[in-house]
Amino acid sequence: MEQAKFKVHRGEGSQGQDVDYTVPIEEGMVVLDAMHYIQKTASPDLAVRWNCKAAKCGSCSAEVNGKPRLMCKTRLDDFNLSEPITVRPMKSFPVIKDLACDVKWNYEVNKKIKPFTPKDDTDWIMYQRDVDRVQEFRKCIECFACQNVCHVLRDHNLKPKFAGPRFFVRVAGLEMHPLDGENRLEELRNDMGIGFCNITKCCTEVCPEDIHITDNAIIPMKERVVDKYYDPLKMLLRSLFGKK
Amino acid sequence: MNIQDRFEVHEHDVLVIGAGGAGLRAAIEASSQGAKVALICKSLLGKAHTVMAEGGVAAALANVDKDDDWKTHFKDTMFGGKYVNNYRMAELHAKEAPERVLELEKWGAVFDRTKEGKIIQRAFGGHKYKRLSHVGDRTGLEMIRTLQDKGVHMGIDVFMECTITKLLKDGDKIAGAFGYWRENGKFVVFKGKAVVLATGGIGKMYKVTSNSWEYTADGQILAYHAGAELLDTEFVQFHPTGMVWPPGVIGILVTEAVRGEGGLLTNNKGERFMEKYDPERMELSTRDVVARAIYTENKEGRGTPHGGAFLDISHRGADYVKKKLPSMYHQFKELADVDITKEPMEVGPTGHYTMGGVRVNADTAMTCVPGLYAAGEVAAGLHGANRLGGNSLSDLLVFGRRAGLYASEYAKKNSGSVNINENDILTAEKEMISYFENASGENPYSVHIDLQELMQNNVGIFRIEEDLLKAIDGLQKLTTRAKKVKIEGSRMYNPGWHMAYDLGNMMIYAEAIARCALQRKESRGAHTRLDFPNPKLEDAKWNSIVKKGGNGEMIVDRVKSIDMPSDMKKILEETEKEKMSKYTNALSGGVTV
Repeated sequence: MEQAKFKVHRGEGSQGQDVDYTVPIEEGMVVLDAMHYIQKTASPDLAVRWNCKAAKCGSCSAEVNGKPRLMCKTRLDDFNLSEPITVRPMKSFPVIKDLACDVKWNYEVNKKIKPFTPKDDTDWIMYQRDVDRVQEFRKCIECFACQNVCHVLRDHNLKPKFAGPRFFVRVAGLEMHPLDGENRLEELRNDMGIGFCNITKCCTEVCPEDIHITDNAIIPMKERVVDKYYDPLKMLLRSLFGKK
Repeated sequence: MNIQDRFEVHEHDVLVIGAGGAGLRAAIEASSQGAKVALICKSLLGKAHTVMAEGGVAAALANVDKDDDWKTHFKDTMFGGKYVNNYRMAELHAKEAPERVLELEKWGAVFDRTKEGKIIQRAFGGHKYKRLSHVGDRTGLEMIRTLQDKGVHMGIDVFMECTITKLLKDGDKIAGAFGYWRENGKFVVFKGKAVVLATGGIGKMYKVTSNSWEYTADGQILAYHAGAELLDTEFVQFHPTGMVWPPGVIGILVTEAVRGEGGLLTNNKGERFMEKYDPERMELSTRDVVARAIYTENKEGRGTPHGGAFLDISHRGADYVKKKLPSMYHQFKELADVDITKEPMEVGPTGHYTMGGVRVNADTAMTCVPGLYAAGEVAAGLHGANRLGGNSLSDLLVFGRRAGLYASEYAKKNSGSVNINENDILTAEKEMISYFENASGENPYSVHIDLQELMQNNVGIFRIEEDLLKAIDGLQKLTTRAKKVKIEGSRMYNPGWHMAYDLGNMMIYAEAIARCALQRKESRGAHTRLDFPNPKLEDAKWNSIVKKGGNGEMIVDRVKSIDMPSDMKKILEETEKEKMSKYTNALSGGVTV
């Protein structure tokens, strides 16, 4: 039977090393299947998060050969199997054990975003063409692959000043909701640090849901912030009348 | 001993165990009533099974088909459940579902729209009218995210990746829960005046299933050990359309929305075989009927190369398919190299849902244990012998809210601190640590694989006395093996250890399924006995019941179904005669069903 070799990160906290495993291949097999095979045979204590195994829940993110992927939709036949496949946890978050890392920070960021607040006297009529772009953002399955690759978080570790692409997508989904009456621009600029993003589009490239994070969410949000805070005419009016 | 010195202890009015749709909705309701709420879940928030629900949420909004109303939804649910449903739950569900869906929109959910700008609705099996509000084929994600974002702003304390292993009681009343943190294996005690179970289903005991690792009958067995009753456990739904190829994806759900949007089922001869099984509804027959049909076609040699049926939606055109079924398009393209806009899918039955579960009061969602509530899939009654697609998302909204409401009222009435028995906590701790005591033994996953094999082969879609007895016998042997497994590694994030505990719950519920299946000597809904192939009039009048005896033994009994008042009976009698078929003999003759 054909086999694949894996190097899987094992260890608790910041301690750890790659451990070699050999796994027999079945047709259509994905990396998550291989991790389950390892649990069932060699290492039942291998820590790996997963739920749906169908790319709907965003639990099984890891770095496969250095690229952030959902293990449940990363097929083995996409790889050259003469080389071992490395599977490591997401780099931007502290490792708990093996492939499971501590992503709680993301939930803290989410809590601070002002909730959907309907406009007064809305009749709840919305047309499909008006909700299409919001629905794109609401496809997010919170796999945090975008947070993992964003260099502002990955290389510069600007938590908590910078909220990360996932939460710009979330805010865009609220700000562009046709019936939302809240305004989140000040938070975007100050608390969430949208200005740190220099649109390298790494987040868009790794999104398993094909959300155009940079073009459709971050850039429009940046534009709105600029319009509000850096519009020369408005700045002049503010300096004259002292309005915020 | 002071509990606080040895354990991390939290105290709340209401503990909600499970953070899928039902748990989140219960927590939101309890919190809005002023209760201090803990929401405890095994996974990260937002990853529960609800996220995988695809096709839609059933509610008689009448946005698309103007004739729809709650009475028709009620009738469809009762017919789908073959009349062993708790009629009162079906009534409340049909009446309240529209309000619950509209409420989600007010909390920020963005459903697909009609031309008039209202929430759109699609057709689904067993529903007379177009009734399922949806967002493409990712309705569950939209719902769980909406509830999650609503909930986190209400001051609910969320405890993620925490597994509850025991409910604690103060005399007869509920008093709290004991569990461990998945992350580090440390133990934690939650004191609470009321507990809402919202832990979902049981599917992981089957080899072919659409369910995730979380579905290990936790809530059902926590309730069982705490003295609550289980109801209707013989009724397990096999969804007719799961993926059958390639091997790694076997069982993954293919939404019923494919058929709702016009998908056609054919066998290897190109015949639309549903003509033989339900000529009136065809592909949109109820799930029990379609699952049996696909199984039978295969058994009689008319299956597809990988043992399923062909399901084709390509005639709707690529743009339409990609818009209305985007995740199905990607799922088949990426996992099976099949382009569903051009070629048919191969599908077959997959273990999906349990209609049975914890017995509750229809109005309050309370069990027979004071202070213990259950809602969503873990509770039983609404769906009878077979659930209609879309009725689970509405179930968890309607009864999640009710459980949260009545749990918070109960907590208010029982103010003052709860007492928990220290010995119960120490016993619970000892039980969890005991798994590490075996110096040698097999991998817990090997026992799990054999459990799945046993249940799949003997307590599946078609059942027969001989197989059921084989299963009960096999479960006893597996229980012995499960006690001797060896746990590798430490208590830090250790799935092997977690599995060792989960096996215990799965095996008790598996026994409850097999024993109730043995007791029901007829075929009804999802329960098909080859040795008793027809429904029986007298068997529409009772439900199975399971409880734990004084010596720890499993007691299986039957209980008379609750009486339906004449006005509700009248609604059912208005149903077209031909639709009622053989199941409705029970109604004529003034018999209570």
